Amino acid sequence: MYGFEALTFNIHGGYLEAIVRGHRAGLLTTADYNNLCQCENLDDIKMHLSATKYGSYLQNEPSPLHTTTIVEKCTLKLVDDYKHMLCQATEPMSTFLEYIRYGHMIDNVVLIVTGTLHERDVQELIEKCHPLGMFDSIATLAVAQNMRELYRLVLVDTPLAPYFSECLTSEDLDDMNIEIMRNTLYKAYLEDFYKFCQKLGGATSEIMSDLLAFEADRRAVNITINSIGTELTREDRKKLYSNFGLLYPYGHEELAICEDIDQVRGVMEKYPPYQAIFSKMSYGESQMLDKAFYEEEVRRLCLAFEQQFHYAVFFAYMRLREQEIRNLMWISECVAQNQKSRIHDSVVYMF
Amino acid sequence: MDNFLDKLPQMDLMRSEKMTLVQLIIPVESAHRSVTYLGELGLLQFRDLNADKSPFQRTFANQVKRCGEMSRKLRFFKDQIDKAGLRCSPRHELEPDIELGDLERQLAEHEHEVLEMNSNSEKLRQTYNELLEFKIVLQKASGFLVSSNAHAIGDETELHEGTYSNNGFIETASLLEQEMRPEPLNQSGLRFISGIINKEKLLRFERMLFRATRGNMLFNQTPSDEEIMDPSTSEMVEKIVFVVFFSGEQAKTKILKICEAFGANCYPVPEDTTKQRQLTREVLSRLSDLEATLDAGIRHRNNALNSVGYSLTKWMTTVRREKAVYDTLNMLNFDVTKKCLVGEGWCPTFAKTQIHEVLQRATFDSNSQVGVIFHVMQAVESPPTYFRTNKLTNAFQEIIDAYGVARYQEANPAVYSVVTYPFLFAVMFGDWGHGLCLLLGALYLLARERKLSTQKLGSFMEMLFGGRYVILLMALFSIYCGLIYNEFFSVPFHIFGGSAYKCRDTTCSDAYTVGLVKYRDPYPFGVDPSWRGSRSELPYLNSLKMKMSILLGIAQMNLGLILSFFNARFFGSSLDIRYQFIPQMIFLNSLFGYLSLLIIIKWCTGSQADLYHVMIYMFLSPTEELGDNELFWGQRPLQILLLLMAFIAVPWMLFPKPFALRKIHMERFQGRTYGVLGTSEVDLDVEPDSARGHQEEEFNFSEIFVHQLIHSIEFVLGSVSNTASYLRLWALSLAHSELSTVFYEKVLLLAWGYENILIRLIGVAVFAFATAFILLMMETLSAFLHALRLHWVEFMGKFFNGDGYKFKPFSFALISDDDE
Repeated sequence: MYGFEALTFNIHGGYLEAIVRGHRAGLLTTADYNNLCQCENLDDIKMHLSATKYGSYLQNEPSPLHTTTIVEKCTLKLVDDYKHMLCQATEPMSTFLEYIRYGHMIDNVVLIVTGTLHERDVQELIEKCHPLGMFDSIATLAVAQNMRELYRLVLVDTPLAPYFSECLTSEDLDDMNIEIMRNTLYKAYLEDFYKFCQKLGGATSEIMSDLLAFEADRRAVNITINSIGTELTREDRKKLYSNFGLLYPYGHEELAICEDIDQVRGVMEKYPPYQAIFSKMSYGESQMLDKAFYEEEVRRLCLAFEQQFHYAVFFAYMRLREQEIRNLMWISECVAQNQKSRIHDSVVYMF
Repeated sequence: MDNFLDKLPQMDLMRSEKMTLVQLIIPVESAHRSVTYLGELGLLQFRDLNADKSPFQRTFANQVKRCGEMSRKLRFFKDQIDKAGLRCSPRHELEPDIELGDLERQLAEHEHEVLEMNSNSEKLRQTYNELLEFKIVLQKASGFLVSSNAHAIGDETELHEGTYSNNGFIETASLLEQEMRPEPLNQSGLRFISGIINKEKLLRFERMLFRATRGNMLFNQTPSDEEIMDPSTSEMVEKIVFVVFFSGEQAKTKILKICEAFGANCYPVPEDTTKQRQLTREVLSRLSDLEATLDAGIRHRNNALNSVGYSLTKWMTTVRREKAVYDTLNMLNFDVTKKCLVGEGWCPTFAKTQIHEVLQRATFDSNSQVGVIFHVMQAVESPPTYFRTNKLTNAFQEIIDAYGVARYQEANPAVYSVVTYPFLFAVMFGDWGHGLCLLLGALYLLARERKLSTQKLGSFMEMLFGGRYVILLMALFSIYCGLIYNEFFSVPFHIFGGSAYKCRDTTCSDAYTVGLVKYRDPYPFGVDPSWRGSRSELPYLNSLKMKMSILLGIAQMNLGLILSFFNARFFGSSLDIRYQFIPQMIFLNSLFGYLSLLIIIKWCTGSQADLYHVMIYMFLSPTEELGDNELFWGQRPLQILLLLMAFIAVPWMLFPKPFALRKIHMERFQGRTYGVLGTSEVDLDVEPDSARGHQEEEFNFSEIFVHQLIHSIEFVLGSVSNTASYLRLWALSLAHSELSTVFYEKVLLLAWGYENILIRLIGVAVFAFATAFILLMMETLSAFLHALRLHWVEFMGKFFNGDGYKFKPFSFALISDDDE
């Protein structure tokens, strides 16, 4: 590829890029959100959404709606879009699209394992899983008692298998272990995805590197903040950081020894792109951090659409839709619980 | 001149209908009925006066929601009826119109009923499925058990007969709750679990079992012979019966968990054959019981659905109409007192009395004290374009609308297209054999018009059907042009008498080398059949068709210019006539009109003059003697005059118009700056939402000048390139006749030359396919597209603005069409 994507990209990717850009045009705009925020009940939300791309998914729902139904149907649309694109894709785009769902797979694995640990019903857990992260033998996860079994029984067949090389212990599963497993898996996944994008080259690698680096850095910050005050050692903490991104390697050294949120802030403010995020927050506050990160992510994802002939648009579209579904969930919850004043707390506007 | 033009009869389609902006003030109590009646009439287009409000903030949002809910229920019924495979013909007897509230209640009842029956039958179905699976497992698994027993005994392992505890098991209730009781073969040693699983999951299931037990198990499988319905998708799936032998308590829990994870249903099978038989009997009897119950349930449900199905279509239209009415009501505004609804809309002027009547009827029917106030308003905004078309003109109007909807009341090219379009097509497609084939197709579509118009067609068929009258006219004109060209699948015919030529001697040996002699009057209609196959056939036809294309082109472009004159007269813009129409006419006709004149003179006199030479040297050296190329006396001075006129026409169409416009603008706005501001503000205060907004047009001289410059250049260059563009008529007709000659001579005649019947058949087949697909389909399409281009660009470019918008009345008839 290397700079000459325009010559050959459209042979295999042109149709799908057109599709994904069409899907992007269907994302809700600020005007839509403003209208949604004025809704009095969930039926109003349904009525408003019926004029959008979600219309056909919601039209056959009986009237007393629930937030979960809205979210479920909206997710169904995302999954349908994804599946349609996946069936049309050829190599290497299909691999790229597959990579997008590995994150959900990791989350689902963790969800099921945690659930079984707390003796919840497997069927109930499976319903809660993100449909993008489903794989055939996911229900069997409940059989496993420790990591080694988990790997040997189930995950060896899934694409997640290579990521397990770092967390094969015979320890019994507990909450802490699972959380470490999730982060180790995520680290391996992000690094693998990063490497894959580098291999693709061209605009894809350029934009995806930026997006993935941001993702890795955000995870690093979150891991740091969440592990403050736990028994996780500094060395272990450092092992969970992905080995790329803006913070790698010096930022990681510093983050590993942070003891409270202000120290994290001190570290992050040395990096200009993150300075803006942290400067919005007052000292000692970490509540708004998520939203600030989401906003920054959405900004970067939207920028991915400014270039043509690359795969990052697919990643960006999926992420933006997910953010949109999060927004809809929040709005619906606020409307359902009569907390309309809090709607704006967590909605991230896109366009 | 003016008198003559005014006396011309009015053409219906020439100008779009006169539209009026009307305001309705409807009392709340009669609003719904009035709008319903207006929807039945379908001649009023409402303007949205609440465009700034989101759908759920509007007045009747609640009713719209109710309608949405009802149509969801109706869709549910339709779905259920389709699933049940029922075919309900709607009862045609007139049912009384049903009130919305009643309908809502009825629907809710029906839905409740159907849902309840569904859940009941689902439960029954599940039980039935389980029993069925159990039966299959019993039948299949017993085979394994017997063989494994024999095996085990042979190996001298301690295998007792399965001690199966009867109590509790026979009560199949435990079974229904999906409890599994793996039967211990031996308390310490080997045990087994039997069950049934989807075929596609089998392989992974087996692998997982193998991994989980580290290979310490024995897996037996056999396909079940019957297919079992999957309750969630109600599809029939193939299932496989399996029996797993294992040992140990730990393995058991693991295997059970895996079974659960894979959705495998486990059923216990007693080892004892007598018990097996007893169990099978019991299961079978329960199965037949259940089957009867299920059937009864389904019959009951089908009855209920049938009763819904009778009125389903009617209900659906009712709900759709109600929704449309409320959507329209949402476009109206409440007045200050909240007792009236105020609406604005466009209607054709001729429909005013009808609308008035309808509104009066609505007032009367709803026993309202106050009538609906209906009055005409003045509009600033341009009205919508509405043509009353019929079946024939509709297709042509669609062709024009595809380019752009005509500006309000501007000359409509569709009037002329009805004839010129099929004619230009036929010039390119001239072959009366092919024309007859097209005609047959068109007649078929017309004969089945009534049937086809009611049913749903594929996109391709729908296109053909929509254009059936276009195809009919194209076919008729093709036959006409084909007769002129004397082409019938490229075979010449002596239809209109004998040829004017004959051979020099009786042997006719030199007919294709030396030529023929003319011995009597020319062939009376079209091309003499003797030209076919002669050496000079191509030069003769080329010269004929090329000149004819130019004549047709100039004629059509002149028509376009004349239409621009009619437009200018209609809109009273003498500026356009003086500084645009006249110079354009002069320019076009002094160059290409003159060429047409020369062509006609040459045809009439049979002169040998070279027209290329005449036209080229008219520009290069206008004063030079013409010599042999002189066609008539005084040609040279005329040419000089025409050339001068063409040169004068160019600045004429470029400069005066922008300057004149500027002058008019200056005069109009001298010293009027204050007054305008004041009135506009007052107006805005009174009616903020109305169409009477003031539009102050900015006058920008340079923009207008540049626009005029572009327009003039386009016309001057265009008159050359457009004339050349009409040569496509010649090119395509040549290509068509050459292609059909090739297929006729090189395929059909060549194959016919052989004695072999097979080769002849192949030849006929190839000829038929080539004629059908290449000549009749591809060529039709290409000639169609070229005719389209000639109309859109060369013809309509001369006068057509095409920046209007279509009249979309609120009409129930239109709604039911496009909602599906």
